[in-house]
Amino acid sequence: MKNMALAKQTRFDVHAVRRDFPVLARILNGKPLAYLDNGASAQRPEFVIEAVNDYERHHHANIHRGVHTLSQEATARYETARDSLVHFLNARSRREIIFVRGTTEAINLVAQSYARPLLGSGDEILITHLEHHANIVPWQLVCEQTGAKLTVVPMDERGEVPFEAALALMNERTRVFAFTHVSNALGTVLPVKRLVAAAKARGIVTLIDGAQAVPHLPVDVQDLGCDFYAFSGHKLFGPTGIGVLYGRESLLERMPPWQGGGDMILAVTFAKTTYNSLPYKFEAGTPNISGAIGLGAAVDYLRGIDLGGAHAHEHALLAYASESLGAIEDLRIVGTAVDKASLVSFVVKGVHPHDLGTILDEEAIAIRTGHHCAMPVMDFFKLPATARASFAFYNTFEEIDRLCAAVQRARSMFA
Amino acid sequence: MELNDLYRDVILDHNRRPRNFGPLEPADASVEGFNPLCGDRLTVRLKMQGDAIADIRFEGQGCAISTASASLMTEAVKGKTRGEALKLFERVHHLLTDDAASSDELGKLAALSGVREFPARVKCASLCWHTLVSALESPPAAVLPAVSTE
Repeated sequence: MKNMALAKQTRFDVHAVRRDFPVLARILNGKPLAYLDNGASAQRPEFVIEAVNDYERHHHANIHRGVHTLSQEATARYETARDSLVHFLNARSRREIIFVRGTTEAINLVAQSYARPLLGSGDEILITHLEHHANIVPWQLVCEQTGAKLTVVPMDERGEVPFEAALALMNERTRVFAFTHVSNALGTVLPVKRLVAAAKARGIVTLIDGAQAVPHLPVDVQDLGCDFYAFSGHKLFGPTGIGVLYGRESLLERMPPWQGGGDMILAVTFAKTTYNSLPYKFEAGTPNISGAIGLGAAVDYLRGIDLGGAHAHEHALLAYASESLGAIEDLRIVGTAVDKASLVSFVVKGVHPHDLGTILDEEAIAIRTGHHCAMPVMDFFKLPATARASFAFYNTFEEIDRLCAAVQRARSMFA
Repeated sequence: MELNDLYRDVILDHNRRPRNFGPLEPADASVEGFNPLCGDRLTVRLKMQGDAIADIRFEGQGCAISTASASLMTEAVKGKTRGEALKLFERVHHLLTDDAASSDELGKLAALSGVREFPARVKCASLCWHTLVSALESPPAAVLPAVSTE
């Protein structure tokens, strides 16, 4: 190994934080679980599990409609969760925080409710080559519906999206620029603030897919200046089936509802319906109440830990993993951007990622193998799949050592 | 679950040196199989003589299980009639999914029995067989749309 000086320790108390996550104590095949698949879904701390449990056991009722005690308690908890999210993203108000099922639904909402009524033939939607399918397909659908054109900012060999390339593709017909904050397949962190500023200067509305960013970076939507920001709860140590769409209030006000039903109305007659105010206009039907409460608890939990220390720890893990994996013969790291979040995508000559995944599983090491729902990225590198180790602040240097040892074992098996 | 049971020597050998690998021209049938879950993609090509498989070759890219399974399959069905090959498919399918299935008289194909302990990998082993069945059922000289295991 070239650089043995890399620290295997940070000031962050990883062992204390690990005790907050019950699943991390699991033993599989006689070995402690090394959960390195956080990019797919992160684990939940006791604090989240308990918040959901307490709600389910003691406070459940439908929200916004009962005068009875339980309904008021459920409503209070649901809306308190929204306040936690306002704080987490530094939104201007609770009217800008819409609970959705996840990032996918958030992007579909913007595509259908913001973009669709606005788009016509000749208009353009701009995305990047790095996008997850969830930030490609909703735009393809809306382009089919309206005759608009989907334009893609190219990426380079490092897995970066050059700022100038994005700039060159923004024109007077570009209506929306939708791009990821952090690439799920490669870990690239995009220069989001500069991209937003450039788009804004040309009157282009921006949407940021923050699914992979929120667990790793502080996100301040006012500082970013974006119009929409979307993420999923389960990648942020919260439950599945819940996520958030942040939207600039002035835009949300102008947008028609996406789905019709209960909760999103003020008054209904057969002749006319008056829509509810924000954010309820976009929350038709009984929502995922316990999910929202769980997500609120997740961001409250994060507020209670040393988040700066956690992010620094993740960076040290990334540096250590890049160094140790990179030193393995015949292993190639895919995605070598200068600014990366805490994940490493790689391929090993002679060992298919799928076989590697099985061999690692035998060692109780969980990673993701496959195309990561980013087939255009795989096509760019002419790879059918990669192996991806993605870290959270509760991961350790020892887990990365075990990962490297298991990769070596796989190499010798297939040699 | 034992890794050595999945990656037996026969499997590792056929992954390293796949038999009947490469193009086959002209072919009477050519079908592409695709497993979108892991990106495995392979093409099976057949040359028929009457009702018998006179020649069979495959190419593509996949994991060790998918490559070895395809390689073993081509060895096993070459010279067999359509009916015999389809019967063999039934036996292998059974072997991959049923703990009680016997591997008697399956020869080298018995090496695939370890796969059933790894449910996530059954599709890797069966992709080539589904592709073969589609090729056998295709009209002469047809090039069919890709078979998918999803």
